[in-house]
Amino acid sequence: MNDFPFHSMSREQKAVDRARKAFLTGRSKSLEYRITQLKNLLRFVRERQNEIAEGLKKDLGRSEGGTPLYETLGLESEINLAVKYLKEWAAPRPVSKSMMTISDQVYIQPEPLGVVLVIGAWNYPWAVTIGPLIGAIAAGNAAVIKPSEVSSHTSKVMEDLLPLYLDKELYPVVTGGVTETQELLKQRFDHIFYTGNGTVAKIIMEAAAKHLTPTTLELGGKSPCYIDNNCDLAIACRRIAWGKYSNCGQTCIAPDYILCDPSMQDRVIEEIKKNIKDFYTEDPKKCMDYGRIINQRHFKRLMALLEGSTIAVGGENDESECYIGPTVLRDVKPDAKVMQEEIFGPLLPILTVSSADEAIKFINQREKPLALYIFTSDNKLIKRMIAETSSGGVVANDCLMHFSVSSLPFGGVGNSGMGHYHGKYGFDNLSHLRGCLIKQLKMEGVNKMRYPPHTADKLGWARFFILKHVDFGSLGRMVLLALMAVFVAVILQGYFTD
Amino acid sequence: MEKQVVDGLREVFQSGRSRPLQYRKQQLGALHRLITEHQEDIEQALKQDLNRNTYNTSLFELISIENDIKLAESEMADWAAPRPVKKNLNSALDNVYIKPEPLGVVLIIGTWNYPWAMILQPLVGAIAAGNAAVLKPSELSEHSARLMKELLPLYLDKEMYQVVTGGVPETQELLRQRFDHIFYTGSSMVGKLVMEAAARHLTPVTLELGGKSPCYVDKNCDIAVACRRITWGKFANCGQTCIAPDYILCEPSIQDRIVEEIQKTLLEFYQTDPKSSPDYCRIINTRHFDRVLALMNECTIALGGESDRSQCYIAPTVLKDVLPHFKIMQEEIFGPLLPIVTVNGLSEAIQFINAREKPLALYVFSSDKTVIKRMLAETSSGGVTVNDVLMHYTVDTLPFGGVGNSGMGRYHGKHTFDQLSHHRACLIKSFAMEGLNDARYPPLTAARLRKAKFFMQHRLCSCSGICVWAVIATLLAIGLKDNVP
Repeated sequence: MNDFPFHSMSREQKAVDRARKAFLTGRSKSLEYRITQLKNLLRFVRERQNEIAEGLKKDLGRSEGGTPLYETLGLESEINLAVKYLKEWAAPRPVSKSMMTISDQVYIQPEPLGVVLVIGAWNYPWAVTIGPLIGAIAAGNAAVIKPSEVSSHTSKVMEDLLPLYLDKELYPVVTGGVTETQELLKQRFDHIFYTGNGTVAKIIMEAAAKHLTPTTLELGGKSPCYIDNNCDLAIACRRIAWGKYSNCGQTCIAPDYILCDPSMQDRVIEEIKKNIKDFYTEDPKKCMDYGRIINQRHFKRLMALLEGSTIAVGGENDESECYIGPTVLRDVKPDAKVMQEEIFGPLLPILTVSSADEAIKFINQREKPLALYIFTSDNKLIKRMIAETSSGGVVANDCLMHFSVSSLPFGGVGNSGMGHYHGKYGFDNLSHLRGCLIKQLKMEGVNKMRYPPHTADKLGWARFFILKHVDFGSLGRMVLLALMAVFVAVILQGYFTD
Repeated sequence: MEKQVVDGLREVFQSGRSRPLQYRKQQLGALHRLITEHQEDIEQALKQDLNRNTYNTSLFELISIENDIKLAESEMADWAAPRPVKKNLNSALDNVYIKPEPLGVVLIIGTWNYPWAMILQPLVGAIAAGNAAVLKPSELSEHSARLMKELLPLYLDKEMYQVVTGGVPETQELLRQRFDHIFYTGSSMVGKLVMEAAARHLTPVTLELGGKSPCYVDKNCDIAVACRRITWGKFANCGQTCIAPDYILCEPSIQDRIVEEIQKTLLEFYQTDPKSSPDYCRIINTRHFDRVLALMNECTIALGGESDRSQCYIAPTVLKDVLPHFKIMQEEIFGPLLPIVTVNGLSEAIQFINAREKPLALYVFSSDKTVIKRMLAETSSGGVTVNDVLMHYTVDTLPFGGVGNSGMGRYHGKHTFDQLSHHRACLIKSFAMEGLNDARYPPLTAARLRKAKFFMQHRLCSCSGICVWAVIATLLAIGLKDNVP
C-alpha cells in the first residue's frame, strides 16, 4: 500500500491505489458481481457500436463492417463464454489422490491475484485491450486499463464511456503516453498484461521484476507463410490475401512473408492480385473496406522497407492519407530491408526456397514467430513442419483463425511473447491456482514413519506409501482390499505402540 | 566459459536429439540410477553440508525425486501427446489441438537447503519436456555442488545437461546468457535480479521464493497432534525449509499449552540433547547462524535458545509473546526459532496475515470447518495444508509454487512438464469449405456479417445424435457451395 498522502499522488498512483482499495473491499470476489460487470461490458459493446465504429474509422480507416468482425464479435463471444462457465472455472478443482492422501481433500482453488494492469495496443484496440480485461474481471481482479494513445480516438471512447458501464473504481481507464505509462509501471501490480512490441516488452518486464510481478507479454515477430507445391493455390492465396491485408496488414498474426518454390512465385502473385481486386476493387484507396496506416511515423517506416525490393503488385501510396496499397514484392532476398523487422503493413514479400527443408531451416534461423502458416494438402508435411519448428501458434491452410478458437491458448514463445489467454486461459492466466490439502487431525499413527528418531524401518514404510502410484479406477477390488488391510495394520500398529 | 556452455547446448538441442520420447526416458532412467547408485555419496555430502541424517536425506529429497522420475517415465507419452480441445462451429470440421513442445535451453538455479531436490526435481520436468539444461547448484552447499558436478556427466548426456558451479560472479555471467526459461529457487531479493536479467532476453521465469508462512492454531483442535505435526515441519532440516511454518498465531489462552506440547514432542524427536541427536541438523554456515541468532534478541525464550557457533548449532527454540514489530517478524526466519504471536481469534489472525506479503504456504489447525473455510477464503498464499504442515509439497498432482512475493510459476509432477513446455495452439484446416469463409471476405455486406455472427457466436455443444448431423450437414452445404464449379 502507498505511504504517500493521497493528494500528493500522481493521477496514475491514485487510480492504482483506488483500484487496490476497491479490490480489498472484497466486492469482486462474488461471482454474481463479476457476472454483472461482464454483462455490463456486453451491454457496452452492443449499445455503443456506433461510437466504437466511429473511433476505429478515425484511427485506422476501419469500415463499419470491420468493427464487429474484427473486434466486437470476438469480445461478445468471449464475454458470453465467461458468463456461462464462470461458476465452473472458479470452483475448486479436485485432483487425483495418492494412497497418502486417500482420506484427505485435495484440490486446486482458483483465486484472484489483485490488481492487474492491462496495456493495450492500437491495431485492434478493443480486441487486445478489452480481451484481457474479460479474463481479469472473470478471475475477480481489479484492473487498470491503459489503452494505446496511438489509437487516440478509441482511447477517448474507452475513457469516456467505459466508466458508465463498469465499476469505475475497480476498472479505471488511465489514458496517456509514454510518461503516463512509465508512471504506471512504477506502481505495484499483481500481474501486468501487455500487448505490443518486444522492445517495450523488455522495459515492462524489467519494471515488473522490481515488484516480482508476473507478466503476460503478447508480442509479435515475422510470421512465416509456407506455400507448398502440393496445394489448392487459388484458395490458399485467397485466405492469405485476406489475412495479410485486413487492417492494412497491421495484425500481430498477419502472414508476414511468403516462402515458396520459385516455380510457384508467378502464380502466387497472380492469385493474390486477383483476390486483392475481388476484395478491394480496382482502386483500394476508394474502397470502404481497405484501411489506413495508423500514423505518419509508421507510414514512413513502411515506405522505407520497400527499398531494394522488386514490386510485383501495388506500391501506390499517399502520405497525406497514410495510404499504402496492397503490395506484393517478389524475389526478395533474406537480407532485404523488409526482412529485418516485423512488417506490420500491407507489404507481402515472397522469398523463394527450393524445398520444405530449406523453408524449415530458414524459419529456424530466425526468432520464434507468433504464428506459423503452412499451406499444403500433404498432411505428413504439415506434421513435419510443426514438429521441426516452433511458434506461438500454427494454422495449416488458413490464416489468423486460431485467434477465434477460444479453447486454444493464444500467445507467443521466445521473442514473440510469454503467457496466453482467450477463453478459460484468460481466466487461469489472471488467477492464482492455489494448491490445497485438507487433512484431519486423526490417523496420527500413519505419520510415525516421518518423525524422528529415524529408522530404516520407518523409511521403508515411507517409501512404500509415497512411491506407490495407485490408479484406483483400474484396481481390482481384491487388490484394493488387500492394500487397505495393510494400511489399517500400519495405523493400528501406530496406535498400539504409541 | 558460460557463453560457450549455453551456445553448445543450444546447438545440440537444435539438432533435435531430445525430441524422441525414447531419448528422454533414457536420460530419466540414467538420472534414477545416479541417485540410487550414489545414494551413500549424496548422503555423505549432505551430512557435510547440513549435518543431514541419512534417513532425512531419503525422506526429504531422494524419494521426491524418485517419485517424479517414475511419474514422468510412465506418463510422458500422455503428457507430450497432442491435446485435442473443444471446437466451435467455425472449426467443427478441423483438427484443433494443443501441442506441447520443448522450449530450448533451461537454466535451473538451485539452492542450498535441499540441494538435490531443488535442482533435480525441476530437471526431471526439463528432461521430460525435451529441453537441454544448465544446472547451477548453490555454492553454499558446496559438497553437494561438487558431487553433482562430478556425477551428472557420468550418467546424463553431457552435451544436453551441464552443471556449472561457482558463486555470484559465475551466476551473474550465466544470467547474461540467453535461455528459454529460467527456473530459480531462492530468496525474493535475488529473485528480482534473476527476473530483471531474464527480461533482457524476454525469457520466462519460474521463481520459487519464500516468505513467512503463518501457522494458525485454533483453540478448537487437537492441540497435541497439531503441535506434533508443527514441531516436525518446523525443526526438520533445522528450520531451513521454504515452506516451514515460520510463526504461530494463536489465542493467548492456548499459548502455554502449545509450548508444553512442543516441548514434549521435541523430547521425543531429538531427546534431551538435540545437539547430539543424529536427526538434528545444523545451520548451513556462520553467516546464517549469526543472522538467525540475532533474531532472538528482543524475544522471550520459552524453550531452547542454546547455541554453539563452532558447530553452527542452534537448539530447537520457541519464543512466546512475540510482538509484530520484533525483528524476528520482519524477515523469513529460515532457522529453528518458532515465534508465537497471540491474536484474539480468527478475524485478527486473518487481518494479521493479510497485512503482510503473500506467503509460500499457509497452515491452519482446526476441527471447525467454518474456521478453515474462512481462513482459506479470506487469505492468499502459494499453497495450503490444513491440519498438517509441508505435506502439500508431496502431492504431485498439486501445483507447487508461490504468489506475489513468494514467487511465480509452479511445478511438481505434470506441472513441471507443462511449465517447461510451450503449449502451441494448432489449427489444421483443409482447403474445403471455402463457402464458410465467405462471411469474412470484403466487401463486408450486412448479409455477410450476419453469417459471420452466426458462426462466431455459437459453440459446438456436446449434444449428440441428430443435432450434430444437422449441423454438419448444414456446414457441408454452405461450405462446399464455393468448391462446386
